[in-house]
Amino acid sequence: MRLAVLGAGAVGAAVAELAADYGHTVTALADSSSAAVDADGIDVATALESKRTDSVVGGDDPQDALDGEYDVLVEATPTTLGDAQPGFGHVRTALERNRHVVLANKGPVAERYAEVRELEAESDGQVLFEATVGGAMPVLSTIADFDSDHITAARGVLNGTANFILTRMAAEGLDYEHVLAEAQDLGVAETDPAFDVEGTDAALKCIIVANVLAGNGREYTLDDAEVQGIEDIPGSALDLATEDGRTVRLIGEVTPQGEVRVGPRLIPENGTLAVTGTENIVQLETEHAGQLNISGRGAGGPETASAVLADVGRLPER
Amino acid sequence: MSDSTDEVRAYTVRLELVDEPGELLRALHPIADNGGNLLSIFHERGNLTPRGHIPVEVDLEATPERFEEIVDALREAGINVIQAGADHYSESLTIVLSGHIVDSDLSNTLSRIRETTDATVTDLSLSAPEGTEDVSSARLRLATEEGETDSTLVALRDIAAEKELRLVEPLAAGDGA
Repeated sequence: MRLAVLGAGAVGAAVAELAADYGHTVTALADSSSAAVDADGIDVATALESKRTDSVVGGDDPQDALDGEYDVLVEATPTTLGDAQPGFGHVRTALERNRHVVLANKGPVAERYAEVRELEAESDGQVLFEATVGGAMPVLSTIADFDSDHITAARGVLNGTANFILTRMAAEGLDYEHVLAEAQDLGVAETDPAFDVEGTDAALKCIIVANVLAGNGREYTLDDAEVQGIEDIPGSALDLATEDGRTVRLIGEVTPQGEVRVGPRLIPENGTLAVTGTENIVQLETEHAGQLNISGRGAGGPETASAVLADVGRLPER
Repeated sequence: MSDSTDEVRAYTVRLELVDEPGELLRALHPIADNGGNLLSIFHERGNLTPRGHIPVEVDLEATPERFEEIVDALREAGINVIQAGADHYSESLTIVLSGHIVDSDLSNTLSRIRETTDATVTDLSLSAPEGTEDVSSARLRLATEEGETDSTLVALRDIAAEKELRLVEPLAAGDGA
């Protein structure tokens, strides 16, 4: 397949780098201001080197990437809230051109799910978005295989940064600020960690799962989620939890009643959900088969790119 | 849901004992022999049931499966179990509150829990590494009647919000239950 990759951050760059390994050709790579476009396939290494040294991917216009030759548009621009632009517009353009879309950007399916599905219904192209929930973990494809009608609830740890901070606080008896600084030094947390530690990122992933589980029923957006973060959890709270054989994790839930909740929860210290460090886990409650646990790396360039490329592999040839 | 049935829960059983030596010990054997963990025994000597027996209230912990076996074993041993029905099972709920626990009047917080819920606080631990003037945390274990956990949590959220305390709830579902 020919891929046009929008977004040249960690995920977009990794998709472009790994595409050949999966037998695909990259016909365009673009960031917000520049692009490399070639219908016969761009030189990925050159484009990424140029991005590193000169901060431009190539000499072309990003709009040319969107309007160029490709079978699948890989949307890996940063997640935006509200109108989910410019990601949503990219999805619209590709579908109107009867191209497939694979999303790594959570915005369009978290904030405008019904519209994305309507555009898809009118298009010959399909939309897949495995990479938006839990990085490398096959969460959405497992739900699709099981059939969303037979899954009653989902819960899990969906943010590696928050999980790293809580794990370190519990293990070392340190306070939030201290561990956050350490996480920033290690590159686990962003300079502005708000998106992760306030629970927004985990909530978006839960919203996407809720949308998928609801099928064509209720549409969820971030406003439907009850969200609490971990910023004001003191070390003493973790100490008391540990004393009692428990620990605290930032847990996202889609309940059987269809509520979406994200917040710090007490869970058994050695329970399934108490994953450590940056690991993520999703636990699906199935109608006939008990619980299904999927764990793995929930973030990172190559990890998320492998979910994107798995989606590309699921798409029919055009 | 098979996983969650392995979870140990707290139960209350009310027994009627004949006023004879050794009766209490005989009543406790079926509990210990079937893997129950005794938490407390309230022997109401001085109180008599309408049939002239002595009521005893036993709190114990067991998995739901073992609890069924304990109740069966008690009955087989000829001990009168008056209350072990679902309505009288008690569930245990653990929460952590953080913030200015002491400055916001801990004893008033506990009174509020008693007044606004049917739950009983059975255990309390306080951790104030920076001193009680600063942010501290308290872990509370509450006993509620089965099915009352959700309404208890709703009331606790209100109390926490009003006192500007941070409430860390237990994960109610799945493997956290």
